[in-house]
Amino acid sequence: MIEVKNLSKRYGAHLAVEDASFTISKGEIVGFLGPNGAGKSTIMNILTGYISLTDGTAKIGGFDIVDHPEQAKRHIGYLPEHPPLYMDMTVIEYLNFIYDLKKVKFPKKPHIDEVCKLVSIENVKNRLIKNLSKGYRQRVGVAQALIGNPDVLILDEPTVGLDPKQITQFRNLIEALGKHHTVIVSSHILSEIQAVCKRILIISDGKIVADDTADNLAKNLSSDHTITVRVQGPQAEVEKTLLGIRGVLSVKCLGVVEKGSLDFEIEPEEDADIRKEIFNRMSDRKWPILEFVTEEMSLEKIFLRLTDSKYTTSTKKIAKKEQKEAEEEFSSILDNSYNEEGDK
Amino acid sequence: MGAVFKREMRAYFTMPIGYIVIAVMLLLTGMYFSYMCQSSYANITFVFSSISSIALLIAPIITMRLFSEDRKQKVDQALFTAPVKLISIVLGKFFAAISLFMLPLTITLVYQIILSFVADVNWLIYLSDLLGIALMGGAILSIGIFISALTESQMIAGIFGIGVSFFIMQIDYFSSAVNAEWFTKFCTSISFIARFNAFASGKFDFSNVIFFLSVVTLFLYFTHLVLDKKRWA
Repeated sequence: MIEVKNLSKRYGAHLAVEDASFTISKGEIVGFLGPNGAGKSTIMNILTGYISLTDGTAKIGGFDIVDHPEQAKRHIGYLPEHPPLYMDMTVIEYLNFIYDLKKVKFPKKPHIDEVCKLVSIENVKNRLIKNLSKGYRQRVGVAQALIGNPDVLILDEPTVGLDPKQITQFRNLIEALGKHHTVIVSSHILSEIQAVCKRILIISDGKIVADDTADNLAKNLSSDHTITVRVQGPQAEVEKTLLGIRGVLSVKCLGVVEKGSLDFEIEPEEDADIRKEIFNRMSDRKWPILEFVTEEMSLEKIFLRLTDSKYTTSTKKIAKKEQKEAEEEFSSILDNSYNEEGDK
Repeated sequence: MGAVFKREMRAYFTMPIGYIVIAVMLLLTGMYFSYMCQSSYANITFVFSSISSIALLIAPIITMRLFSEDRKQKVDQALFTAPVKLISIVLGKFFAAISLFMLPLTITLVYQIILSFVADVNWLIYLSDLLGIALMGGAILSIGIFISALTESQMIAGIFGIGVSFFIMQIDYFSSAVNAEWFTKFCTSISFIARFNAFASGKFDFSNVIFFLSVVTLFLYFTHLVLDKKRWA
């Protein structure tokens, strides 16, 4: 359905998109994930014919967006980052306008009613768009993209500025749309993408750094994992015992989390399963294990690792300290973005 | 083209602009018509000649928001990603602008009919007046649309457009200010007012039609270029 080959976009000296290639087949829901300014919107704007490309080709439904823009655009419904709405029109007037603009062939009234029903905006149909809340405007934006029933839906950060309930509704909507359309969704928030997309393209600095299913991304990159145990026992001796196990690289005491016990973070060698041994050794010494957690590398960490130039994508171990910092940084970014949304 | 035309026409009348333009034009045409009646000079051309320069100043108000506001509200993303040609969007906006411009001038038909009861009127000259003002209006409106495509602020587009209109109005004065034959010739050749006056006096010269149509084509083409270039930047 979508075929992109060696796509590049240059703004003067700045390379916004560099040599991006991917194909998306019919019925896929694909997520573009990347930090702000990574080039997600640029790629989307190129696919929809809003801006041109500097190099490479992009084909939608077999039509080149540069050579046959009209045929290609007929396959696309686009919701840009900022929904393109005329504030001085009512919802129904605006949708009628889009219907005429796109020269849709379906019978007018039933088609528009159907779209309104799908995104649940029937109750605000006759209100001026400027009087609508952010969530409703976003939905009118989606409705606009759906007019004409295009094969491909391109949604740029569709959930920004929505409250948690609306976000859930939106996810359901995207999933429902995915049954009949090819959908591309972009976001800088990982959980968004993880929730709806089977396939994820991670974009960083204008390059596609990963293109795989969410599960595979987690599997391939999570070769390093840590084990955290909560033990009731003396710190120095527990550490010594743990270090004595074959396959343990390092042990770090995390301090007291639960009263009367200590938490230890154990880094095992690759592929070494040391869980049984830990249990046996601790029980020998009558130090009860209260908690036992194996931490897989989460998608968040993968995302950070791939998009941060400090870390290479090889299996090189991330220094524990740096990882901790990165995690904190990420969670603060997440917090900030949620706060911002709340403010809006 | 139809969709954009319809949308812009509706927008003119959901916002005050359309009503203001029509009110001002009706007021002025009515005023000059009543002057004419008092002076017992029965020629509708007087009304057209009198409002021609004011029409030049009103045109930028009609066109100032056409592309600037779209860009500011980012609606251009919907327009330019729709399966239509860019030029049809430009033409849709142009025809909406010229329709609003000509709408209040149709009132002159009523005046002409009133005149025809009391005097011998020349309908050909009336048609020539109407054609002249439509062509001149089209020219200045296309310049206004071009200016509107250059900026995101309709205020800037409006002020700049009025400046350009003012300059066009003054061209005839410049021609007499500088004592050089080539300069005078140049000024009269690009003067909108002089060419409009030719229509108003009933002298139908095909070169004037070509001049105004060329200005329209040129500036609509420039608009197309500016919008297209933004995509390629």
